[in-house]
Amino acid sequence: MSTGWLLRRLFLVAYTVLVVSVLVFAITQVLPADAAVTLLGENATPEALAAVRDRLGLNDPIWLQYWHWLTAALTGDFGHSMRTGQPVAPMMLTALSRSLLLALLSILLMLAVAVPLGLWAALRQGKAADLVTGFISYIGVSLPEFVTATLLLIVLADWLQWLPATGYVPPGEDFWDSMAHLVLPVLTVSVIMVAHVSRMVRSETIDVLHSDYIRAARLKGLAPRSVLLRHVLRNALLPVITIVALDVGYLLGGIIVVEEIFALPGIGRQLIVAITARDLPAIQAGALVMAVTYAVASTLADIAYALLDRRIRYD
Amino acid sequence: MTDLLRRLLRTPQGAIGSALLVLLALLCLLGPELAPRDPEAIDFLGRFRPPGAQNWLGADQLGRDVLSRLMTGARSTIPLALLATLLGTLAGAVIGTLSAYLGGRWDEAIMRNVDAVMAIPGLLLALLLVSSLGKGSLNATLAIAIAFTPGMARVTRSVALNVRAQDYVKAALARGERASFIVLREMLPNVVGPVVVETTIRVAFAVMLFATLSFLGLGAQPPAPEWGLMVAEARRFVHQAPWIILAPALAIGVTAIAFNLLGDGLRDALNPRDER
Repeated sequence: MSTGWLLRRLFLVAYTVLVVSVLVFAITQVLPADAAVTLLGENATPEALAAVRDRLGLNDPIWLQYWHWLTAALTGDFGHSMRTGQPVAPMMLTALSRSLLLALLSILLMLAVAVPLGLWAALRQGKAADLVTGFISYIGVSLPEFVTATLLLIVLADWLQWLPATGYVPPGEDFWDSMAHLVLPVLTVSVIMVAHVSRMVRSETIDVLHSDYIRAARLKGLAPRSVLLRHVLRNALLPVITIVALDVGYLLGGIIVVEEIFALPGIGRQLIVAITARDLPAIQAGALVMAVTYAVASTLADIAYALLDRRIRYD
Repeated sequence: MTDLLRRLLRTPQGAIGSALLVLLALLCLLGPELAPRDPEAIDFLGRFRPPGAQNWLGADQLGRDVLSRLMTGARSTIPLALLATLLGTLAGAVIGTLSAYLGGRWDEAIMRNVDAVMAIPGLLLALLLVSSLGKGSLNATLAIAIAFTPGMARVTRSVALNVRAQDYVKAALARGERASFIVLREMLPNVVGPVVVETTIRVAFAVMLFATLSFLGLGAQPPAPEWGLMVAEARRFVHQAPWIILAPALAIGVTAIAFNLLGDGLRDALNPRDER
């Protein structure tokens, strides 16, 4: 990995953020809502409306409005929420921290389940265990998050009463209660990713098991356990990094739905609230923050891949 | 074509997927005629009636027959998901093929922008688009189509790059054909095979995405018997009557599974060498 390659990647991230910001701004500008009317209400006098439009810069040409918004956003100022009147940026950052906790726990759970599962299925290729895991992961991929969430809710919270159904408790307040409230959201978000990643681990492991270097390792008399851990696992897990990075996209989408269902006040729920209330600054901030998170995650995955795989030379 | 169909039906995924899809297609065509009751008929005495002789899958919070709503609702879910995928595929295929045809700097520029748009998660982009287009089934369809376009452009481009290097394209170039002719008549038809596989799997996503948008209140609007909307409306009554939620939830799952199976079956049928 050379400095030039790294610089190019960073440049691409910056470009991605720029394109995303243009898109988000353009889409939200089409919203059939007059910001001045939203702020002052339907009965405002034309003079008052004109004054507010002037103050918000709504009479400026669109590209100038975009420039002002972008430059302010780059300094962390996304304006004030039209719904609450509060600054948007701190609101979104608090929400993002909750979502990141949810995302992180989901990825950890997913890796803890999907890697052994994929490996196990690969070692028993074609046998009952393999077919059953394949079948279950098929179902996992085919259920949208809101269905998985509802099913888990019915079984674990309603019938068995093991877990609280909805709501959010800050970890600082009551740690175990907070975790109990996170179990259902984390389970829901992990299901699709476990299904994806275990299938990927399985097919990569099967490829590696059939390779010449594994045969060589076996022939030179290495213990099966050592072959599996030192040679198979390491090589099979490399491509999985890329899939995990791609799955961050699903993860972010899943988080929107899951937070809405379990009343978890993260960035996804903020975004839904903002969309329902036509709260322009909040929609823009939420969408931009999510897209940037995704772009950064996939770039980190690329860099991790390049660092771990010495065979690939980037110029 | 019949050869492909035979090979498709010989794979277990292809056979099960096709069978399920034939059933779903019949449901879309004949669902409302076959439904035992009027899906909109309200019956306050029959609220939350459990599954039984009168309502095979039970009745919902307004006493409407769940089975009839499910059968009628196939029509407002599956065709729109198909339409969204087709529109997205078409737009993506044109962009991807054009990019591969132009090559060089143009290709680089188009693909960088496609990558940038793909940095917005599909559901988020669809949500943003619906929020500006306004809620409703058709707007949700359009939003999903647009959200699918960059991904399909990427897939098509990588296939088209291979086609671009084929002799018949070089021959067309040497004949001095117009760019539009080469892209649309020479390249696109040969890009179709692998793209169809990707498209089929995407329909499963579209079904899920469409139901999700309706679930969030941005797609189909009440009292439509759309499956995602049915789940959303039944959520408050999950304690009294879980069957109102389970039926449409399973219907969405089965539909998505059917398209996933068909996609995998098609991939195996198109690449007989690949065993996995």
